[in-house]
Amino acid sequence: MHVTQGTFSYLPPLTDAQVKAQVQYALDNRWALSVEFTDDPHPRNFLWDMWGLPMFDMRDPTAILLEVQRCRDAYPARYVRVNAYDRRLGRQTTALSFIVQRPGNERGFRLDRQEGPDRQVRYTIHPYAADRGSGERYER
Amino acid sequence: MTALESPPRDAATDRWASGVIPYAQMGYWQPDYVPKDTDILCAFRITPQEGVAPEEAAAAVAGESSTATWTVVWTDRLTAYEHYQAKAYRVEPVAGTPGQYIALIAYELDLFEEGSIANLTSSIIGNVFGFKALRALRLEDMRIPLHYVNTFQGPPHGIVMEREYLNKYGRPLLGATTKPKLGLSARNYGRVVYEALRGGLDFTKDDENINSQPFMRWRDRYLASMEAVNKAMAETGEIKGHYLNVTAGDMEGMYERAEFAKQLGSVVIMLDLTVGFTAMTSMSKWARRNGVLLHLHRAGHGTYTRQKNHGVSFRVIAKWCRLLGVDHVHAGTVVGKLEGDPNMVRGYYDTLRTGYVERDLMHGIYFDQDWGSMPGVMPVASGGIHAGQTHQLIHYLGEDVILQFGGGTIGHPMGVAAGATANRTAVELIVQARNEGRDYFTDGPEILRAAGRWCAPLRAALDVWGDISFNYESTDTPDVATTATPA
Repeated sequence: MHVTQGTFSYLPPLTDAQVKAQVQYALDNRWALSVEFTDDPHPRNFLWDMWGLPMFDMRDPTAILLEVQRCRDAYPARYVRVNAYDRRLGRQTTALSFIVQRPGNERGFRLDRQEGPDRQVRYTIHPYAADRGSGERYER
Repeated sequence: MTALESPPRDAATDRWASGVIPYAQMGYWQPDYVPKDTDILCAFRITPQEGVAPEEAAAAVAGESSTATWTVVWTDRLTAYEHYQAKAYRVEPVAGTPGQYIALIAYELDLFEEGSIANLTSSIIGNVFGFKALRALRLEDMRIPLHYVNTFQGPPHGIVMEREYLNKYGRPLLGATTKPKLGLSARNYGRVVYEALRGGLDFTKDDENINSQPFMRWRDRYLASMEAVNKAMAETGEIKGHYLNVTAGDMEGMYERAEFAKQLGSVVIMLDLTVGFTAMTSMSKWARRNGVLLHLHRAGHGTYTRQKNHGVSFRVIAKWCRLLGVDHVHAGTVVGKLEGDPNMVRGYYDTLRTGYVERDLMHGIYFDQDWGSMPGVMPVASGGIHAGQTHQLIHYLGEDVILQFGGGTIGHPMGVAAGATANRTAVELIVQARNEGRDYFTDGPEILRAAGRWCAPLRAALDVWGDISFNYESTDTPDVATTATPA
């Protein structure tokens, strides 16, 4: 199973040099970078944990990459993503968001079907990992 | 002297004598008029009949699309008619096209009902397009004053909200129309939807003419499609959608279908332009109220947008659709099988997406247009496009766009899912290269070809379609220059 959220999930895992190039692109656009991590990759979970605040004033891509690495080191068995935020009027939303670390055993999702009348089905997507406690869900 | 004793009137000199006088003389031609910020402005391309002066033709258009009729009526004098009369204030010949003129006409805001595209269009294109004094007439562009813009709520969600809702950023979205358009049973239909979504597309789509036919009724299609959508979501961990077409023969039918789509958890429904402006507006309000994205297929528009001398430009239709409020609308592709001059398409896309569009005749934009804070509409590019053109598509269309590869997904030699993977991989590759600062427009074919070494579906797509292009000249092009349509 391979979670395909994020801008570059159909490419081979990005190297640090490739991550840095994307960070540089974001900085050139005056976007603020931030790092987030999670062990709950449900498609509707947009609230990944924040690795500190968005780095509004950090203009050095090397320093941003360092934060990415620190987050990876602290949470080696979780998903980590880099976000670029565009505060311009008319946008005020994420401009770019891509996964830079995955757990070694992506567990995937179960589709639960609650069968109702008239052939209607109520669907629930359940991350297999959510059956375990937070912190015990994935391995490196 | 009392009115009863007034002498007989001379029609040649008296504005109010009974009979027929030129429109220009009735006050519809005012070359000195300075448009107000609140006026609605129109640019018409007029082709007067032989012997009709362009100023008189322009005045006739202004008259017939506002207060006038063919003859003098005394009842005009019961009104502050100067206020309500539309004013033709400029006429210019079209360079290089003898017999055609661009007429600019200003309309007082009081002529229009708030929040009603039906009312706006009944005036501006209501009667005048069949007018005998003109051989042809085309509404090229409109300036909608912010005062009128703000009487509409616009897109139910808009580009920003849609991206947050779908949790998808930084790249064009990808879609495909289920093929064959007609004839699949619900079960087979669900198979195509499932394969395309699990392979990497964000959306699949009902075609415009899939409504509720004997081979597949709408309810069965909805159930099968939503099984496919949810299964694909569980397999990818991504939010997916299928545009469930709710177009029906009456409003009650549309509401019933939309309610059912919502109940099944669909993130999006779709409508055809053929349902009409008022029905579209009602469904827009429904979509906002119910948190469902609204996709619009511009079915039928080519009958009045394509010919350069007569009809309504698509950039005007795009403005009306943004005002009445849809989240997606088909807006041309530049490359592919359907009509689309790159400059004109740029004008449509700017009109749909940006907050302020500046006058630019090269893009067919005749007036500055201020949208205030109205959200943007996501343009949809579809029609004969494939993975091998991704670098061109991103170059011309940017990233706030839905690229719909119908045949280019479903016709893939390795299957529908492989076709979807090829398209998604191509898009991510080109976005990555663009962000890295590469000359992706030039290097695009090489970038895609190189990735074919590790992505077999992409390699197969390039082998089948790499050389396919549709090299025909566009019919709707700017007057100020001729441009080649890219392959």
